[in-house]
Amino acid sequence: MVDPIVIIGAGQAGAALASRLRALGYAGPLVMVGEESALPYQRPPLSKKYMSRELEFARLLIRPPGWYEDQRIDIRLDVTATALSPTERTITFGDGSVLRYAKLALTTGARPRRLPTEAGGDLSGVFTIRTVADADAIAPLLEPGKRLLVIGGGYIGLEGAAVAAAKGLAVTIIEVADRILQRVAAPVTADYFRALHRKHGVVIRESAALDHLAGEAGRLTGARLKDGTHLPADLAIVGIGIIPNDDLAHAAGLAVNNGILIDGSCRTSAPDVYAAGDCARFQWRGISTRLEAVQNAIDQAEHAAAAMMGAEDDYDPAPWFWSDQYDVKLQIAGLNRGYADCVMRPGKREQSASVWYYREDRLIAVDAMNDALAYGIGKKMLEAGRSISRSAIADPSTDLRLFLSGT
Amino acid sequence: MPKVTWILHDGRQISAEVAAGHNLMEAAVANSVPDVIGECGGCLSCATCHVYVDAAWYEKTGRPGDMENEMLEITSAERTPMSRLSCQIKASEELDGLILHVPDI
Ligand SMILES: Cc1cc2nc3c(=O)[nH]c(=O)nc-3n(C[C@H](O)[C@H](O)[C@H](O)COP(=O)(O)OP(=O)(O)OC[C@H]3O[C@@H](n4cnc5c(N)ncnc54)[C@H](O)[C@@H]3O)c2cc1C
Ligand code: FES
Repeated sequence: MVDPIVIIGAGQAGAALASRLRALGYAGPLVMVGEESALPYQRPPLSKKYMSRELEFARLLIRPPGWYEDQRIDIRLDVTATALSPTERTITFGDGSVLRYAKLALTTGARPRRLPTEAGGDLSGVFTIRTVADADAIAPLLEPGKRLLVIGGGYIGLEGAAVAAAKGLAVTIIEVADRILQRVAAPVTADYFRALHRKHGVVIRESAALDHLAGEAGRLTGARLKDGTHLPADLAIVGIGIIPNDDLAHAAGLAVNNGILIDGSCRTSAPDVYAAGDCARFQWRGISTRLEAVQNAIDQAEHAAAAMMGAEDDYDPAPWFWSDQYDVKLQIAGLNRGYADCVMRPGKREQSASVWYYREDRLIAVDAMNDALAYGIGKKMLEAGRSISRSAIADPSTDLRLFLSGT
Repeated sequence: MPKVTWILHDGRQISAEVAAGHNLMEAAVANSVPDVIGECGGCLSCATCHVYVDAAWYEKTGRPGDMENEMLEITSAERTPMSRLSCQIKASEELDGLILHVPDI
């Protein structure tokens, strides 16, 4: 019997990889293993419409349940891969069983960074949001009048805050940096979202260092800041970043460095072992890169599938991302790291605006708030390797649509 | 439940009953309709759920909203007057029998 291609991690990337292998004509055995008990699902709604209970779980599934059988994908849920031997070409599972692979893909994603036990990270009432189980634990607690503390002003924290504020909770966000979205967006974008949250009654405390979460009998009662302030709370959402699941690879001797290291063809340092998605780190435009987005999970996984089937080209992503908060849709095209400056362009609608990031004289990214035209045009320009000058963007009379010709 | 038919670019047809209120991108994904992808899950950020509404049905589906209209600028298949992002069309009894043409991507 031929050995299967095995995919470890049944999430966004794993599902895309399996699907692409079949689409490219791989007809051999295909096994996908996932630690969670659910079929692959979309995580973005967990901090948005799933947490607010506007969508039920079945609507998050990436593929319908019958699809796996139709595609002859042997999907094994509730199973954890515990060891990998690149020399034996085997994977060991939690129940001790061992499977030989012809090729292996690691799409193990990431896990939320937690607060240490000493800082109150294990108190009941303290949550992170990564899995449907996390969202299911939080959703019933979102009752009007309760006090929610959000630790970390990144996208997931801000989205959780928006859902809770809309449900009538008293929400406080604490951010240790001098502003929210510090790692991911320019000050003008942060200003926009700070104003939006304040309008909805959310308290945002920036430059606020948490000392610890306080509790009584194991239950959260509030937070103590380094400056001595005590903030009472009934529940807390910790959104302070994620840690790539590279432990299995690391223990097997694969090269890792805050992510499983892969080349342009998604190959790890072990033969016939590939990686993609949140767990993978690669060189992009000369910089070590790990992306945390649906775009990358899908595109990189599809690239890995093609590489498994013999393709040789390098993965060259066109990143995009979105976030929904209240009635504002943020859409991001490109990656703004290393930007020198940015230009704010007001949009045509209420609350619409876009922020254009430049490095030297090149456009590298756009944040668009309720401005899909700015997003779409920025995305097209970046994909085509083109730029729009700062002065054209700064001039409100510029018709952006004119730039679409030739993309 | 309203019935929706997708006609693929090779002429193949897929029909399904869709729960009212569900959008037609998720309905396409749930029925494994090829080439309606829905990468952003209906968040109006990917344009991978682009379809051409059958001319006879276009008016009934309503017109694209402002943001959708802008996103239609960046579809990978050509935009036509019948173009819609199917994540923005919700199934309803009035759309029973709806026909959507799936672009060749
Ligand atoms: C709340 C939230 C909101 C988000 N919002 C957005 C958004 O708006 N836009 C956007 O683009 N992105 C968003 N993201 C990010 C996006 O969801 C991720 O980038 C994407 O899910 C990554 O896919 P992945 O397959 O790499 O990892 P995952 O989807 O995390 O899948 C990895 C899977 O592997 C399993 N696994 C790990 N180790 C093992 C093992 N040893 N054995 C077996 N199984 C294992 C895990 O349990 C998990 O199910 C959001 C994420 C979260 C959590
Ligand atoms: S699913 Fe992304 S725009 Fe419709």
